[in-house]
Amino acid sequence: MAETVIAIHGLTNRFGKTVVHENLSLDVQRGEVLGVVGASGSGKSVLLRSIVGLMTPSAGQITMLGTDVLEASAAERAAVSARTGVMFQDGALFSALTVRENVEAPMRERLTVGAATRRALADLRIAMVGLPPTAGDQFPASLSGGMRKRAGLARALSLDPEILFLDEPTAGLDPISASAFDTLLNSLRDALGLTVFLVTHDLDTLQATCNRIAVLADRHVLVTGTMAEMRDVDDAWVHAYFHGPRAHAALAAAVGGT
Amino acid sequence: MAETVEDVTLALSGPVTLASLGPVAALVGRGRADAPVDLSAVTRLDTAGAWLLTSSGRPLSGANDAQRLLLRTVQDALPPPRTVAPRRVHHRMGDGLAVVGMAVGAVFFAVAQSLGFVGLVMARLAGVLLRPRRLRLTALVHHMQEVGLRAVPIVALMGFLIGVVLAFQGAAQLQPFGAEVFVVDLIAVSILRELGILLTAIIVAGRSASAFTAAIGSMQMREEIDAIRVLGLDPIELLVLPRLLALVIVLPILGFVADLSGLIGGGLMSWTQLGISPSQFRTQLLADVGAAQALVGLSKAPVFAAIIAMVGCFQGLQVKGDAESLGMRTSRAVVIAIFLVIVMDALFSVFFAVWGV
Repeated sequence: MAETVIAIHGLTNRFGKTVVHENLSLDVQRGEVLGVVGASGSGKSVLLRSIVGLMTPSAGQITMLGTDVLEASAAERAAVSARTGVMFQDGALFSALTVRENVEAPMRERLTVGAATRRALADLRIAMVGLPPTAGDQFPASLSGGMRKRAGLARALSLDPEILFLDEPTAGLDPISASAFDTLLNSLRDALGLTVFLVTHDLDTLQATCNRIAVLADRHVLVTGTMAEMRDVDDAWVHAYFHGPRAHAALAAAVGGT
Repeated sequence: MAETVEDVTLALSGPVTLASLGPVAALVGRGRADAPVDLSAVTRLDTAGAWLLTSSGRPLSGANDAQRLLLRTVQDALPPPRTVAPRRVHHRMGDGLAVVGMAVGAVFFAVAQSLGFVGLVMARLAGVLLRPRRLRLTALVHHMQEVGLRAVPIVALMGFLIGVVLAFQGAAQLQPFGAEVFVVDLIAVSILRELGILLTAIIVAGRSASAFTAAIGSMQMREEIDAIRVLGLDPIELLVLPRLLALVIVLPILGFVADLSGLIGGGLMSWTQLGISPSQFRTQLLADVGAAQALVGLSKAPVFAAIIAMVGCFQGLQVKGDAESLGMRTSRAVVIAIFLVIVMDALFSVFFAVWGV
């Protein structure tokens, strides 16, 4: 069962004299939800961008779904991209297209399915992420922040990816929307067998969705483990993060809720 | 997804996913509509496959736990079938007339809006002139460098080439009459009075009106202008006035650069092609063409500058949320700015002709 879908080895990223990552290694197993946490500026987003190919790391090796993505040809790269979905922080929807057209866009580019099927599948995705059917005809500019995030998720799910990358999916959402998002993520993971790479600051989301948490600090992955294991880690930052008042609240809510 | 039809049960096998949707749809579409579908040999099922199976309405069997969960999730999410009412086309008498009316109305609205903007800028400008301390000097100098200093090479090259072309064409026309020397008058009058400043304004419109629109438009998209407003600052004072003043200051200088390089280009061509020596060129120039010609030309520059800057900034402030509108506004800024500059140049010609300048 423990098939490694993303393997990162010796990743180094530096911008000028600033070293963001140094000899960073991390494995992601199929079917798990991995939460990546770290202080602001610890390189969470840079890590995500390196994996999905938006930037070329200074050194290291990244293997995703059995393909060495840094060495692969453009065609192999594209084939891997088709099996992954990325949801950016603010949705990154194409502003000139309606929500439905946004969700249809990956299918339109990658597949040869009929227009009616594509439309029906797009409507299904829109419904699955909890958007009202009327949202499909709206333009991103007229949506609220939470709806834009959902629409971004619908587009990321458009090609039925095996790996889903989420960058701060619940940041800026109201608590009700945020916990609805957690529930949605869990049901999608169970139903689709998704592997999720989740960059977040939201302790409730970590508690509710993640099987495993990776802490980024000092330019590498400091420690990985479950939420419970995190609480026993002997590191000042990790301790402060998982023992703060917000962490206690999240834990209490989770214990009380289940 | 090979099929093995035993009785009427359709047994699917292999992946039932987005990639194999076509062939599976063909299989499911065949056969009786109420015949059960057996999923026990399906290796991979995704939402697209689940959608196909659930929306076919056929009874499903043999799904494992994960597949059942997926089917149920999709079933629950399945949006109700859309009933799109056929659009009835009303075509009534006078529709065409209404379209014309709306277009005319839109033009009037746009004109009124731009005039309102011009008025607003004027009012702010008056405010700044009364209290010069409010002028953003750093921004002003920055924009003078951007739209002025950095435009000098292209403007100088353009002026030089126009001078060369005029001398060449003028010589061809004047030589049969033995009136080569009047090519000096031709070059000087046409460049100093009209072409130098007009072509400079057109280049600056293409360069800077678009830059203004793009810069202010992207600020508008990222809510930076709203941020300026809630800070109690005035976007006109902060963004528009420095650009406007910078252009009003530097465009006459750029026009002067174009005039000079045009005369140099024309003089060089006259020398090499027609044998008019530089000193002869100078004598002829001073004898026949007064400084008034150059002043007439340069007097238009501040007006052109104001038009270009206002159009660029106004279009930038009109940008709405999406990327498309930024591009549309940018190209519109250039087209409108150049158009208005040419219209204004024509009006100036009439004005100067009536006044006999």
